[in-house]
Amino acid sequence: MSTSAKISANHLNVFYGQKQALFDISLDINQNEVTALIGPSGCGKSTFIRCINRMNDVIDICKVEGEIAIDGKNIYDPKVDVVSLREKVGMVFQKPNPFPKSIYENVCYGPKIHGIAQSKDELDTIVESSLKRAALWNEVKDRLQEPGTSLSGGQQQRLCIARAISVNPEVILMDEPCSALDPVATAKIEELIDELKKTFTIVIVTHSMSQAVRVSQKTGFFHLGKLIEVGSTEKIFKNPTNSMTQDYITGRFG
Amino acid sequence: MTKEQRLKKRYSAEKRFKQYGIVSICMALLFVGLLVFKVLSEGSSAFVKTTIQLELNFDTKLLNISNQPTKEEIADIDFYDFTLKHILKVYPTNNRDEEKLLIKLFTSDFEFEVKKFFLNNSDILNKVITLPITASSDLDQLHKGNYQRDITEDRRKISNFQLKIYDQLLENKKINKTFNNYFLVKGDSRNPEIAGIGGAMLGSLFSILVCLIISFPIALLAAVYLEEFAPKNKFTDFIEININNLAAVPSIVFGLLGLGILLNVFELPRSTSLVGGITLALMTLPRIIIPCRASLKAVPPSIREAALAVGASKVQTVIHHVVPLAMPGTLSGTIIGLAQALGETAPLLLIGMVAFVVQVPGNPLDPSASLPIQVYLWSESAERGFVEKTSATIMVLLGFLIVMNSLAVYARQKFEKKWI
Amino acid sequence: MNILILGFIIIFSLSCFFFGKSRIKKIASINQFKPKALPHFYGFYLSLWCALPALLIIFLWTIFEPFIAKYFIISSLEVSTNIKSNADQLNLTYQKIKAFYFGTFSGTASEQIKIGAAKYASFVAMAQNAKIVLVVTSIIGFSLLAYKKIQNNIHAREGVELIFKSVLIICSVVAVLTTAGIIFSLLLESIKFFSQIHFFDFLFGLEWSPQKAFVRDASVALSAEQSKELGKAFGAIPLFAGTGFIALIAMSVAVPIGLFSAIYLAEYASPTVRKFGKPVIEILAGIPTVVYGFFAALTVGPLIKSIGDIMGLEVSSESALAAGLVMGVMIIPFVSSLSDDVINAVPQSLREGSYALGATKSETIKQVVLPAALPGIIGSILLAVSRAIGETMIVVMAAGLAANLTINPLDSTTTVTTQIVMILVGDQEFTSAKTQAAFALGLTLFLVTLILNFIALRVVNKYREKYD
Repeated sequence: MSTSAKISANHLNVFYGQKQALFDISLDINQNEVTALIGPSGCGKSTFIRCINRMNDVIDICKVEGEIAIDGKNIYDPKVDVVSLREKVGMVFQKPNPFPKSIYENVCYGPKIHGIAQSKDELDTIVESSLKRAALWNEVKDRLQEPGTSLSGGQQQRLCIARAISVNPEVILMDEPCSALDPVATAKIEELIDELKKTFTIVIVTHSMSQAVRVSQKTGFFHLGKLIEVGSTEKIFKNPTNSMTQDYITGRFG
Repeated sequence: MTKEQRLKKRYSAEKRFKQYGIVSICMALLFVGLLVFKVLSEGSSAFVKTTIQLELNFDTKLLNISNQPTKEEIADIDFYDFTLKHILKVYPTNNRDEEKLLIKLFTSDFEFEVKKFFLNNSDILNKVITLPITASSDLDQLHKGNYQRDITEDRRKISNFQLKIYDQLLENKKINKTFNNYFLVKGDSRNPEIAGIGGAMLGSLFSILVCLIISFPIALLAAVYLEEFAPKNKFTDFIEININNLAAVPSIVFGLLGLGILLNVFELPRSTSLVGGITLALMTLPRIIIPCRASLKAVPPSIREAALAVGASKVQTVIHHVVPLAMPGTLSGTIIGLAQALGETAPLLLIGMVAFVVQVPGNPLDPSASLPIQVYLWSESAERGFVEKTSATIMVLLGFLIVMNSLAVYARQKFEKKWI
Repeated sequence: MNILILGFIIIFSLSCFFFGKSRIKKIASINQFKPKALPHFYGFYLSLWCALPALLIIFLWTIFEPFIAKYFIISSLEVSTNIKSNADQLNLTYQKIKAFYFGTFSGTASEQIKIGAAKYASFVAMAQNAKIVLVVTSIIGFSLLAYKKIQNNIHAREGVELIFKSVLIICSVVAVLTTAGIIFSLLLESIKFFSQIHFFDFLFGLEWSPQKAFVRDASVALSAEQSKELGKAFGAIPLFAGTGFIALIAMSVAVPIGLFSAIYLAEYASPTVRKFGKPVIEILAGIPTVVYGFFAALTVGPLIKSIGDIMGLEVSSESALAAGLVMGVMIIPFVSSLSDDVINAVPQSLREGSYALGATKSETIKQVVLPAALPGIIGSILLAVSRAIGETMIVVMAAGLAANLTINPLDSTTTVTTQIVMILVGDQEFTSAKTQAAFALGLTLFLVTLILNFIALRVVNKYREKYD
């Protein structure tokens, strides 16, 4: 495994109680790149991505063996502080989940708890730049005090992206961010991802193969908890090595 | 502040926050623990009473009867006089005041204890028998260690003279502690040593029975109507609003209702468990309707549809299929509602079940008290002897409540079907 | 006597049941129709029509007979004595007549009373006979009617089910009747009260000393000056203040403990702890309030007093603090249970959004979960306040009896519920202003708790809308 990769999973095994969800996953994720994880439902993609920011800690029966290294350091080391980890690794969820607060408060929540901003002006700047980078600023700049839940689905998801950006992470994890959105909103988000990869490392779980082709540079194919094949997006989709990958992308199953 | 410092601060805030939660729960538990401890420690002594062994010579001459006494002769026996003679022998004195003090060491009911023994035992004539006579409350408390001896006489309830007698009796092993059979059987009394909760228990029992008989059928039928038959219109909404409101009305208002209408308009007999039961029933109705409706709602529609498909009418479906399946939840809700009714005091106070009732009630139309009211009455009393009795009554009351609540939980867990 | 009549009804309806059940076949063949229902329905039909009207008659008769008897006797008293006495006098005389009739009268009875008792006896006898006649008529009449209907081939099962549904509706209406009864009884006495004491004097008066009304002879009219003074004696502000103050102390105990317990059990506790912790807190709700009152009066009160004495503070033995503290403990489960439900109802996705940003658990709870659950929590607090205001036994046993406007928790003060109990427990003439004052207080209490509950329910429901 290359040590220059931003994120490196090594022989990762994950269990929910007695049931094993991930089998011996080893995978590299490169910096400033979009890596897509594809595969049929229930194959472990979400489980894997939730390991990267240790969101699975929230689930009591989930047990993780193996390691995931970010910048060479294993994040499952007991000495690692989860709170700081999550400042570095942000997440956008499948269903937009803005807080029942104003738009402004949604975005400034992260910076506030991490003490990133020293004054109200700094906070305003952060909010504005995050919303701009999430391509939402023009639509909401006049109504920052309105509740985040009053936005449309696509806008809410961009708000969640702005929220994730506000703490200046290095990695953004996206768990099927467009599955609850319409095609127009989806297109906007994909455009955004393309911009964002210049500053962040992005890992995206997606059900849509065409989306993976559109946005990602690297793709990993999961099936029943195993990583079947990983490689550049072009190779995976044009010329996969594994026959199962071939079957999946030609729509024979999943 | 550096990143590390800030992180540390956040984690210590996290720890404090979690601790607040634990402390809160512990405080609640502590209170329960203190209450139970106090009640148990104070109340357990009420179940024993102090007795004085009194020597009685059932000589027919002393009793003023022949050797084969007739019924009239027996009825004429003056047990007070007879027993008094023997009491005075315990510590002979010429001083009238001291005699009075000596007599006061025994329960004021001593003649009845001797009479009861006499009537229940044949073949004691002309024999000398030692009977344990209940001691007076002051002696009882002294023996249980609740009175201080080392204060000046005028601040004590027991005089020096009485202490002398007490010490002598102790030495002669004439003072015993036995099980207090009066406590659970007898009615209220001004004298703590013979006061019991028998009257209160029966009063509570009758009230709860009346409450059950009235509230359970009406609540069940009302819940069935609202859940199964009522059309969705304003009238039904109105009824539902009323029921939800009634569930939250303070219990004292129901007392006012009982007083204003049951006693004043309908002129039902005051202080009886019948009126108490009706008042409690009105209060318990919504508390049964609400869980009953929840149970009915939980029965899956598939059961109803299956019955209807076989050709049963709506009424038959409900009676034969839905209601039986909703019974566990309904019954447990009923038992819990009755448990709450058992502990109610304020409404019964207002309808007069607070009268000082000595006679144990024989039926719901007799005046009576209830267990919680007995607790209230005795806790207001100045006499030391009632303190332990109050705690013991609480023990009995809590005991009933624990049994009822456990029964409700058991019924629900054992019989309720988990619909998948 | 009633038992005999009841027994008769039961026996007759039972026989109707068996009669209907066994005879339907024969009836059907005689009248040439095919029965539309199973035999036992015909039995039920006949017996229900026989029994229910009769039972209804007996029920209504028993309820209204005392009413009518009273009216009858009192109006005949007015006629015979020709004295225009007031309602109190008449009522008193009526009570004496009743006592004499039942043999519980003490002292020597006047001629008027003896005559009255004789009249009462004759009335009772007449009523009894009328009742029997009516019951028998109804039984026979309705059974014949039902029998005729059976002969005409009615659908027995539907008939029975209709009767059943009517019974159901009647049972549901009982709740409405109860509320009506409460309002009626409270209003009736309150109106009488407000005819003597001015409404604003009651609501806004600062002095509560009903003893002034005690010794008054009800038959003597008051001078204007005395009326005015009496009017000033029923100012309820000290009571409202006392109720509010003790409720405030109680809430300051219940809200933090209840809320933090709910938060801990919902967010931090392991499933085992939660399984035991929740029922244990519910136990606090199951302890009868008289036991709390006992604890407050005999343990907490003296404890606070001795602590106060050590610290050199002036503490009443019936301090508001003692009553408030114990009441607070009683209310903990109200706050904690409802809050626990609303906290659990906050969607997990919100929590995950916050964790993903790197927030600690407490930050997530404080800044995301609690604000989201706030309407529900406020609703639970309002319901708890309503409970605190209506609580009776703890304050009766542990709080004071003297109306005292104070904000010192070590002082004693009295509440609305305490006064209601103190006024009504004891032998009081029912028509004096004092007893009527208790009903006026009850009315106020009922209205305030009603409004609080209404607001609380609205708040909680509005919250539910947001997440559905």
